Amino acid sequence: MRVGYYPGCSLTGTSREFDESVRSVARALEIDLAEVPEWNCCGSSPAHMIDTTMSIALPANVLLKAKRAGLAEVLTPCAACYSRLLMGKHEIETKPATRAQVERVLGCPPGSLDELPKVLNVIEFLAQIPETIAAKVTSKFEHTVACYYGCLLVRPPKVTRFDRTEDPVEMDKLVALVGGKTIDWSFKTECCGASFSISRTSVVGRLSSKIMQDATRRHAEAIVVSCPMCHSNLDLRRREINRRMEKPTLIPVLFITQVIGLALGLSEKRLGLKRHFVPVKLPAKTLPAQVVS
Amino acid sequence: MARVGVFVCHCGENIAGTVDVAAVAKAALDMPGVVHAVDYKYMCSDPGQTLLKDAIKEKKLDGVVVAACSPRMHEPTFRRAAEEAGINPFLCEMANLREHCSWVHDKGAATTEKAIDLVRLQVEKVKRDRPLQPIRVPITKKALVLGGGIAGIQAALDIANSGNPVLLVEKSPSIGGHMSQLSETFPTLDCSQCILTPRMVEVARHPLITLYTYSELEKLDGFIGNFKATIRRKARKIDEKLCNGCGVCQQKCPVKKIPDEFNEGLSFRPAIYVPFPQAVPNKPVIDVKNCTYYKTGKCKACEKLCPTKAIRFDQEDIVEVHDVGAVVLATGFKTMPVGNFSEYGYGKLKDVIDGMKFERLASASGPTGGAIRRPSDGKEPQHVVFIACAGSRDRLKGVPYCSKVCCMYTAKHAMLYRHKVHGGQATVFYMDIRSAGKNYDEFVRRAIEEDGVKYVRGRVSRVYEEDGQLVVKGADTLLGAEPVEIRADMVVLATAVQAQNDAEELAQKLHVSYDPYKFFAEAHPKLRPVETNTAGVFLAGACQAPRDIPETVAQASGAAVKVAGLFSQPTLTREPIIAVVDRQPPPVFSSCVGCFLCKSACPYQAIEEEVIKNRNGDVLKVVAKVNPGLCQGCGTCVSTCRTKAIDLEGFSNEQVFAELMCI
Repeated sequence: MRVGYYPGCSLTGTSREFDESVRSVARALEIDLAEVPEWNCCGSSPAHMIDTTMSIALPANVLLKAKRAGLAEVLTPCAACYSRLLMGKHEIETKPATRAQVERVLGCPPGSLDELPKVLNVIEFLAQIPETIAAKVTSKFEHTVACYYGCLLVRPPKVTRFDRTEDPVEMDKLVALVGGKTIDWSFKTECCGASFSISRTSVVGRLSSKIMQDATRRHAEAIVVSCPMCHSNLDLRRREINRRMEKPTLIPVLFITQVIGLALGLSEKRLGLKRHFVPVKLPAKTLPAQVVS
Repeated sequence: MARVGVFVCHCGENIAGTVDVAAVAKAALDMPGVVHAVDYKYMCSDPGQTLLKDAIKEKKLDGVVVAACSPRMHEPTFRRAAEEAGINPFLCEMANLREHCSWVHDKGAATTEKAIDLVRLQVEKVKRDRPLQPIRVPITKKALVLGGGIAGIQAALDIANSGNPVLLVEKSPSIGGHMSQLSETFPTLDCSQCILTPRMVEVARHPLITLYTYSELEKLDGFIGNFKATIRRKARKIDEKLCNGCGVCQQKCPVKKIPDEFNEGLSFRPAIYVPFPQAVPNKPVIDVKNCTYYKTGKCKACEKLCPTKAIRFDQEDIVEVHDVGAVVLATGFKTMPVGNFSEYGYGKLKDVIDGMKFERLASASGPTGGAIRRPSDGKEPQHVVFIACAGSRDRLKGVPYCSKVCCMYTAKHAMLYRHKVHGGQATVFYMDIRSAGKNYDEFVRRAIEEDGVKYVRGRVSRVYEEDGQLVVKGADTLLGAEPVEIRADMVVLATAVQAQNDAEELAQKLHVSYDPYKFFAEAHPKLRPVETNTAGVFLAGACQAPRDIPETVAQASGAAVKVAGLFSQPTLTREPIIAVVDRQPPPVFSSCVGCFLCKSACPYQAIEEEVIKNRNGDVLKVVAKVNPGLCQGCGTCVSTCRTKAIDLEGFSNEQVFAELMCI
């Protein structure tokens, strides 16, 4: 099975472990990740704040390159890239004027932006092949975790059309598939502070501490994410978070591909588990999930 | 030689703005058979009609084409004028120059050319028109009312009081509908049951009303004035004549833990039950799904203890066919299930309830005797948050329309709560307060100003549980979208009003059109609000759109007047646009060969078999015959007939071919 792969900038920098774990899991599942040739920026934060045309032309260019490389689907692990690629595709498909303008900007002949490849996030992609994953599980992931989706994977619903907007469950299903338990909690899609991670860490501390508070109160052993920004806020900014917690916590934050990788028996090194700021230490035996009410 | 007159209407600027009407009239004069053609500003006006009448008389016209608007608009007007001038009304035809031409094309020579073609078609048609006589059909002066809520009750009473018999059919064991479940009603806070039950009793006692509860419409055949309604009377498993409503069976039934529908699942009922104490009729039904006898073959406790021996375990459903002349649809609504709202706890949080549950909590006849107690632990909630627009006006996840009643009942709920729990706090999250109605806005102001209900303008993003309390997160958009977090003991969702689950199926049974949300469609949104597109079927209440009680009652009375008006005529006049099977002199009798393909094609069961016999009674031929009372003039049989033996009056094959050949 061959699928297009767009890592984006985060996966080559702050979230190298996400890239490593996606590639390792793909290799273990015998999936050929074909990186989009000469990919460029997806147009997130800087572009879409400043220039509307640019914010659509950039992702359109990525998808155009993927299309020319003969890729029907593009897997993009980063939630921000996912959002931009989807949004760009949506705008081109629904607004003829925008499409014409982007064609001009990219200097491509009319019609070349027809039938752009399908954009998939990691959860969406893995959810398509549950049997393949289940067949390769060697050591069950017997832990109770909190699946945290963040804002970008499910919003805006009319564009993403992925999972239930207010209470997504697809990641929970994947964790259950590899033997894990998930808590039922209310902060699945609450804001973590997103790009304030760099400019205003106090905002991140305030918002992310609420997420962390609820996860620990419901006895999660780890938080599982699928977005580099969620990860860096909950992991890298733990000091700011803990400053606002009643009880400071050191529960680790894992990418969903790391969880699946562990269940597939991949090594910590190949999954990049050593790269986290909060060390990944999971209790040997899991506690039954407790519902706090 | 035909003498046809053509009258081209300007319709003000509507037609004359894009079509050269004078040129159309001039061109018409050159058409074969046309002896007179004029254009006029408003043909439908009194002088316009006089123009037509005078021309018919002076020029001795035997056919008229009015080139104006849609025949749906003014065909009756011009046909009446033609009749007054002394010619058969069916010799008057209309060319639609407005909807079919001027409104949909730009000004130009081609548009005028099309208008001339449209006139030419009708000239060719009118030359081949035959004088037709309207068909008179009898009316069955009995109405069928579907739904025994306040809409159906009011319609049934009004029709019966006009002297016409009514068959009132309700699917649940008692009439009363949603209104019987309400505690108090806005804007006067009078007790809902106190004002409703006298009406229910009146229905039961009325000599002209036949009440069928626990019954459903299976099929409706026929047409206005002459419907045949097939009704299934579900087996109550009780002999209603013997039962005296003593209630022993309910006390002795060993099954006790069935969620009570009337109390919205807040209490339990036995397997043999009367929905509520004031039920009409006050006779129990056996819930076959939950009864021990039907599950295991043993028990029959009710049968043993019934003092009048009224229990009938072997009773079967009865299917009856009734002749009725009109139908009133009053099947009501349902509210959106709480489980639809993932952000408000998906129905998993016990203390997040909907408005109907709150009505039962606040009702003196409810499970708590009118005391406000939250469902999870029975404690009196000290802070209740009301969320208006749960699902309504939510294009993304709910329904785009406004459910209309929620603003008012939320104000009422908050008010009732403050009256019953003096120290308690009520907070309402709202988008807009829509309180248009007599004394409605005053009612909301009273809730805010006198009863101290706190109104926060903003939407709630999430409700979740923390330390045994509900946390309501929202925004106050009047304070610069400041986030608000409230710790509440109970949350009440004003869930959207929706059409009944079986609304679509019912609409198809009755050939009534419906909107995308399955609400039944009225014939005209402004001018025909209680009629449907199916003649003889009328609408009342929330099956058409979300409505409150005063509006529902007004509409039900409106529908009743329509029915009474229909029944006040001795016979019905129908347009004679029907199919006819040809008849010829013996020995052919008819070009029909009796294959009866038409019979299987007819959607109205209007084709009958006619046996032609000689004097000795020997069968010579069996041919098709159209029942003029049932035929709707759709023409399906005409196109099916292999020998071209059937033709449609007023739209004959000859006429249609002539129209096609002239362009």
